[in-house]
Amino acid sequence: MSQPATIAWFARHEIGLVWRDWLAMVTAGKRGREPLVLLVVLVLLGGVQLLAYYMVRPFAEAGIAPDKTTLAVVTGSAFLSWTLMLSQAMESVTRAFYARADLDLILSSPASARRVFAVRIGAIALSTTLLAMLLAGPFVNALAAMDGARWLAAYGVLAAMGALAAAVAVAATVALFRSLGPKRTRLIAQIVAAVVGAAFVIGVQAAAILSYGSYSRLALLSSDGFIDAVPDVSSAVWWPAQAAMGDLPALAVVMAVGLGLLLLVIAVFSAGFGDHVIAASGVAFDTGRQQRQRHAFRRASTGQALRRKEWVLIRRDPWLVSQTLMQILYLLPPALLLWRNYGDDVGALLILVPVLVMASGQLAGGLAWLAVSGEDAPDLVATAPIAPGAVLRAKVEAVLGAIAIIAAPLVLALGIVQPGLALWAVAGIAAAAVSATTIQIWFRAQAKRSNFRRRQTSSRVATLAEAFSSILWAGAAGFAAAGSWLAVGPALLALLVIGVAWAIRPRADQ
Amino acid sequence: MTTTTPALLLKGLTKTFDRPAVDGLDLTVRAGEFYGLLGPNGAGKTTTLRIVAGLLRPDAGSVSVFGTDALADPVAAKRVVAWVSDEPMIYDRLSPFEYLEFVAGLWNIDAAAAETKARHLIDWLGLGPHAHERCQGFSKGMRQKVALAGALVHDPRLIILDEPLTGLDAGSARQVKDVLAERVRAGGTVIMTTHILEVAERMAERIGVIADGRLIAEGTLEELRREAGRDGTSLEDVFLDLVAARSAAA
Repeated sequence: MSQPATIAWFARHEIGLVWRDWLAMVTAGKRGREPLVLLVVLVLLGGVQLLAYYMVRPFAEAGIAPDKTTLAVVTGSAFLSWTLMLSQAMESVTRAFYARADLDLILSSPASARRVFAVRIGAIALSTTLLAMLLAGPFVNALAAMDGARWLAAYGVLAAMGALAAAVAVAATVALFRSLGPKRTRLIAQIVAAVVGAAFVIGVQAAAILSYGSYSRLALLSSDGFIDAVPDVSSAVWWPAQAAMGDLPALAVVMAVGLGLLLLVIAVFSAGFGDHVIAASGVAFDTGRQQRQRHAFRRASTGQALRRKEWVLIRRDPWLVSQTLMQILYLLPPALLLWRNYGDDVGALLILVPVLVMASGQLAGGLAWLAVSGEDAPDLVATAPIAPGAVLRAKVEAVLGAIAIIAAPLVLALGIVQPGLALWAVAGIAAAAVSATTIQIWFRAQAKRSNFRRRQTSSRVATLAEAFSSILWAGAAGFAAAGSWLAVGPALLALLVIGVAWAIRPRADQ
Repeated sequence: MTTTTPALLLKGLTKTFDRPAVDGLDLTVRAGEFYGLLGPNGAGKTTTLRIVAGLLRPDAGSVSVFGTDALADPVAAKRVVAWVSDEPMIYDRLSPFEYLEFVAGLWNIDAAAAETKARHLIDWLGLGPHAHERCQGFSKGMRQKVALAGALVHDPRLIILDEPLTGLDAGSARQVKDVLAERVRAGGTVIMTTHILEVAERMAERIGVIADGRLIAEGTLEELRREAGRDGTSLEDVFLDLVAARSAAA
């Protein structure tokens, strides 16, 4: 048993809380489900491992030499992963600043706030690293199995990347806090986190489209022009990639830099973290904003009143608007593809259909959560003299209306070039949006609107079902647009996912 | 429906969660009266009122609101009821003016009439200077006043309030009490739960005491004093005696 209020004691406390949170999340708070969860996790891991094996096998069989092309592709992919890790770490740091949770208790106690925040920064690095390992692990394992154990060194690189991401995230967020103040930092940091996560992938895709007319990032990273422009294999730029491929001296340097920077950031910033949290607690975010004065109530039916309310709340939520814009940002590469191929290479436009369908499904899921589960005045709406079905209908109309408005410009542009593709896009968008919305309705669980960012944690099943249905509808629409009967497969699987979601949906008490 | 139709009539109301929360409750609230519903924590007050407001369905029993079967025709019952909880149900990103417009839309009230009423309520509750500010950042008292304005804007015949004074400062609490008293003077019916017994003592015409999901005493303050055998004492003493007697009997 560690001494109270030491770093080890706080770490044990944090790990205990994280473990219980995770267990409650995956078991939906029901005891006795642990064996089932373990089985599902093992099956999923096995499935992903198998998929990774088949994906990397062609490369492993062809032989992977540490030449410039391989180093460029590995480095580019690693940097892409790192930007996503940085995005996640910034999100976590912002949450640590602004979420009250147990901070009032801890900060009002005589325990050292410095130790608490040292542990919390460490926890952010750990969670960022573990998630990256979970995603990249199957590929690393497959490469190690087929191309040699040297690839296991990639786990060390992932740990260094996680530490570096946490270190940069803390430094960047504190810098924002000091320059912008607590009131504006929250929103700006969240937007920066989202942009950081999207910018590199979108930038590389845009460059690939403009240069090669291809959606593939690999096309750019392995192109002759790019390879000629990057430094020679002896450059330090490639150390992380070389470390991942088993170069132990490079691995030692990469890990020393990552972990060293993290320790430095902890030493420098953990002391002031408490002050920032206290400053953040004094901010009522975006308070008292004066609205344009209207002089009369507008006539509205009950449905109109509900739809109007949903749209106003969505429009006035800067975080949500930024997230929606981010979804739209991901549509930039396909839009670019549309523009570049306008009038000639119609085949390349096929990629637009699944991308549009996927984005619409994801967006619909988010908006449906806000409208259905994130209702801030559920009792008010429930006590109004309206049938529950009418309330739900109005909310669904608000969600689908918003999706229609967002998707319409691209679909219309596609329709001008290729009406057939546009029709399949519309069908896919409708299927994905309706599916995601329906799943959110089945799995609705009342929550504060401000919990939007963590909506996935309220129901893992809903999140997975929503994601799988969007992916499958995107696949079905893509195949259908290509004129392939293979579309039937993902469409049937999408229906199966929806059927399973319906079968295991929580039954309401009333 | 006659004038003698009770505002609320509960018969054999039962609701069980892990344990019985409401246990065969019979309760009658007359039209036009201020009824105080008291009870210790976990007695079943909130569950009872949430059933009446249509937020929960009972396992058994009946709920009649001004003669309308609220379980068979909840929409009709809800037209004449307003519900105010201790946690104000408002939207941070709407202004009080917009909130009242939304509530009027939910109850399908004529826009012009609702607007007149809303402006009156906003002024009456001292929300005028903040009528067009977003509610985000409003104090608890201001939020509760906005919620109360929302409850009144559709002119309900029955207002149900669950601990509406929790966390309010003296000035805000006074304003809320004045609004409720005025409402009863105008012929409305108010049912309120509160742990502030002085408020119930001063405002309620009749008081019901509930414990373990059952009504253990009901009447005017004088009638309750007689029942507890404590003439001339405060409602707090009477309440504690009644609850203690119930606990001893159980």
